Amino acid sequence: MTSFAARSAGEIAQRGRPHSPLRRRWSEKTIRAILFLLTLLTVVTTVAIITVLATETYGFFTLAGHPEISLWGFFTGEEWSPLLGAEPMFGVLPLVCGTLLVTAIAGVFALPIGLLTAVYLSEYAAPRTRTILKAALEILAGVPTVVYGFFALTFITPYLLQPLSSGFGAYNAMSAGIAVGIMILPIVCSLSEDALRAVPQSLRDGAYALGSTKFDVSAKVVVPAGLSGVIAAFLLALTRAIGETMIVALAAGGLAQMTANPAAQVQTMTAYMVQIFLGDAPAAGIEYKSSYAVAFTLFLITFALTWTGAIVLKRYREEYE
Amino acid sequence: MTQPTTPEQPLGASRVELPRGESETAARAPSSPQTAISMRGLSSWYGSNQVLHALDLEIAAKQVCAFIGPSGCGKSTLLRWINRMNDTIPGARAAGMLSLHGLDLLDPTLDVVDLRRRVGMVFQKPNPFPKSIFDNVAFGPRLHRIYSPTDLEELVEQSLRASALWGEVKDRLDSSALGLSGGQQQRLCIARAIAVGPEVLLMDEPCSALDPRSTASIEELIRELRATYTIVIVTHNMQQASRVSDATAFFYEGKLIETGATDLLFTNPTNRQTEDYVTGRFG
Amino acid sequence: MSGSVIPTARRLLASRLFLTLCLAATTIAILLLGALLVSIAIEGLGSLSWRFLDSFASRKAAQAGIKAPLLGSVWVCAICALIAVPMGIGTAIYLEEFAKRSRIKRLIQLNVSNLSGVPSIVYGILALAAFVRFFGMGSGDEPWTLGNPESFWYLQCPLGPSVLAGGFTLALVILPIMIIASQEALRAVPQSLRQGALALGSTRWQVVRLVTLPAAMPTIMTGAILAMSRAIGEAAPLLVIGGFLLVFQTPTNLMSDFTVLPLQIFNWAGRPQEDFHKLAAAAIIVQLVVLVAFNSIAIVIRQKLQRPLQS
Ligand SMILES: Nc1ncnc2c1ncn2[C@@H]1O[C@H](COP(=O)(O)OP(=O)(O)O)[C@@H](O)[C@H]1O
Ligand SMILES: [Mg+2]
Repeated sequence: MTSFAARSAGEIAQRGRPHSPLRRRWSEKTIRAILFLLTLLTVVTTVAIITVLATETYGFFTLAGHPEISLWGFFTGEEWSPLLGAEPMFGVLPLVCGTLLVTAIAGVFALPIGLLTAVYLSEYAAPRTRTILKAALEILAGVPTVVYGFFALTFITPYLLQPLSSGFGAYNAMSAGIAVGIMILPIVCSLSEDALRAVPQSLRDGAYALGSTKFDVSAKVVVPAGLSGVIAAFLLALTRAIGETMIVALAAGGLAQMTANPAAQVQTMTAYMVQIFLGDAPAAGIEYKSSYAVAFTLFLITFALTWTGAIVLKRYREEYE
Repeated sequence: MTQPTTPEQPLGASRVELPRGESETAARAPSSPQTAISMRGLSSWYGSNQVLHALDLEIAAKQVCAFIGPSGCGKSTLLRWINRMNDTIPGARAAGMLSLHGLDLLDPTLDVVDLRRRVGMVFQKPNPFPKSIFDNVAFGPRLHRIYSPTDLEELVEQSLRASALWGEVKDRLDSSALGLSGGQQQRLCIARAIAVGPEVLLMDEPCSALDPRSTASIEELIRELRATYTIVIVTHNMQQASRVSDATAFFYEGKLIETGATDLLFTNPTNRQTEDYVTGRFG
Repeated sequence: MSGSVIPTARRLLASRLFLTLCLAATTIAILLLGALLVSIAIEGLGSLSWRFLDSFASRKAAQAGIKAPLLGSVWVCAICALIAVPMGIGTAIYLEEFAKRSRIKRLIQLNVSNLSGVPSIVYGILALAAFVRFFGMGSGDEPWTLGNPESFWYLQCPLGPSVLAGGFTLALVILPIMIIASQEALRAVPQSLRQGALALGSTRWQVVRLVTLPAAMPTIMTGAILAMSRAIGEAAPLLVIGGFLLVFQTPTNLMSDFTVLPLQIFNWAGRPQEDFHKLAAAAIIVQLVVLVAFNSIAIVIRQKLQRPLQS
């Protein structure tokens, strides 16, 4: 009986009209080509970014009538005053310094808190707590950065910092740094947590079987085992901090200066770009062009950091079965 | 519903695009075993690592052929050449001769999509699609449009009957295939393969992920399907090989050590290694 | 030997301390989120009204509203989604399902992860050059036009600071995110399903269309929604392309001027007057409500539609 049925399945199957192999192969090739072209667009984007930044930056350095601008002076100059004074100065270091100060404050704030929260979520929290906290983190991750900027300006500075010390003005690196820290916190936390949870349970079991406490297991087994992922998370978060724009444009101030004082106003690279693109500097003018040189510098720094992250992940990834 | 199969009735499952004459010859002489798959000097590599060494083997049509041998000896690799699933593995290549009813299976220009319609495969772990039972069985026919639209339901029913699953699922064809038990899932995968009307069924350790009762039902199914399909089954289980297969081939380290009728090979192996293996003295 | 053993009591104490530290960190994170929400609610709830949603910008805080930025956000994000979601999925499909393991694939993959690290303001600069000014081609002269300014798909080239340019810009920003999220979703589909479909005689594309993509779709959609919630909040690149005009009309076609909610918030937040800070806070509440709505949809999709792919 069964053999009859199967045969009759075969017979039914004979009655249709299959696609011609030629048509099938042709449509397969077309789709493949379209998808490949889409994929190439990502490469085109990178090339376009570099080309635009490089040509405009070249235009800045070779602008007629400005012999004071040089590559060397740009990267080593300690004064940035394109709009002020009779003689504009184009030394990018104050902007880089401002960016690094804000990023450092953000890192000091967010990296430890983010990692500890990740350890708590991955090793201690009950599943229910974990789900709720992860959802909260997801919301935190989606909050637009301009909101954090507003928070820095209207809450962190007046209610947290100014009561502590009278040195804090309305704009300062500290409040911008903390706000950037809050912004990168969910990134640090969820990526580190992914890295920690990827550590196989057998490693934990092994450590427990040797009489370890939960602290021993977390701090001496799980975190070291997931370290490459944790470091990659840190690097990614710092990259985001360096490129963050709206928070610093609102809360850090507008004075480019070389300082390590968190209570001082600073201008970051991104904040300078906002200042130029918002203002009505003429598009052919030197200030306008200088923003491209700053953008290129920013791009190179973040590019280097992303590469480092990729290499860390690739080279030091712990492979588990 | 139950119509007796008379010997005169041609076993028409070989509904493939064979030259007319050939398939009719096959139909007229159902009793004398005819070669379905044959290989001469078949070797295979993954990168530079050779895993099959100059195999010579003939597999008879409408019989069950079992591949046995210790793990890693290349059984799955050989099976995957027969439907060219090895094309999906980077670095896999083969040399020598492998043919299905005279069709060169190693031809680089071969239409593998059409080949895989003619050669079905059942995997070690049941892999039903996360769709309904009906959609699983209808997947292949829809893919190849090898049914006239009114026939699809009938085709699904017949395929499920052929894989001895119809009775258990006929009331829940629209529920998810993932709700079935492991053994049912595996029979569903067999139905799915049958529905496109293949000539050959390749089974790579189809029972190794199943419990003994499900195993028994699959074995029974294989014995029934033997009348209609050429079946090649890889198994680790000697009893299973002896229960379901007509012929057996024993592989060791990529070489074909011995092949022959199953009852002979198990009771009276000519080769020392074969004897050790089938009596469980190694491997 | 026994001298070097740390007493159990001390080890347990260390463990306690560590847990306390972890809990403190988590609490700080939660408190910050709480402070953010509460301070904004206190500041902004008073200004929130139907009139606020339905009025244009104004020099007088009492009359200002967010009609233009709200609709601008809708237009720009809709365009962004229509471009970035299919392109991201397509690229992910190519990388995961078609590309052979090769140097080129590795390079493209590296390139995608690099793109995801590029600051959004840099994308604004690219968009300014490419979309708004079309690399200086056709500038000075009349722009090339296509279609009738009355119709919604009226086109000009260069695009200028229009909603279409804004949508393209945001698409650039979220495309890498979309690609990576889709790739992860596709990678989570068990290989055995692909094998099963291939063994039935599917072509690669049929495997994708009939098996892999449907199985990955809920996860991809979750990723798409999270990527869109990033797009909705982006301000910097739109600021660069010039979407920062005081806009007194809602977009009518692809070439309309626009502003978006985050830019309006930035504008108000940057003013010294306390009244405008209240408006900023009210606009933030609207923005956060949209965000929470998006996240809830993502959560629902994750929990309801995501069926197991294997048993
Ligand atoms: N995808 C692959 N890539 C490289 N080597 C493989 C691959 N699959 C199998 N092999 C190697 O080929 C040999 C034969 O494997 P296989 O055919 O799976 O053996 P069996 O099915 O008999 O256990 C083994 O040594 C195995 O390591
Ligand atoms: Mg095997």
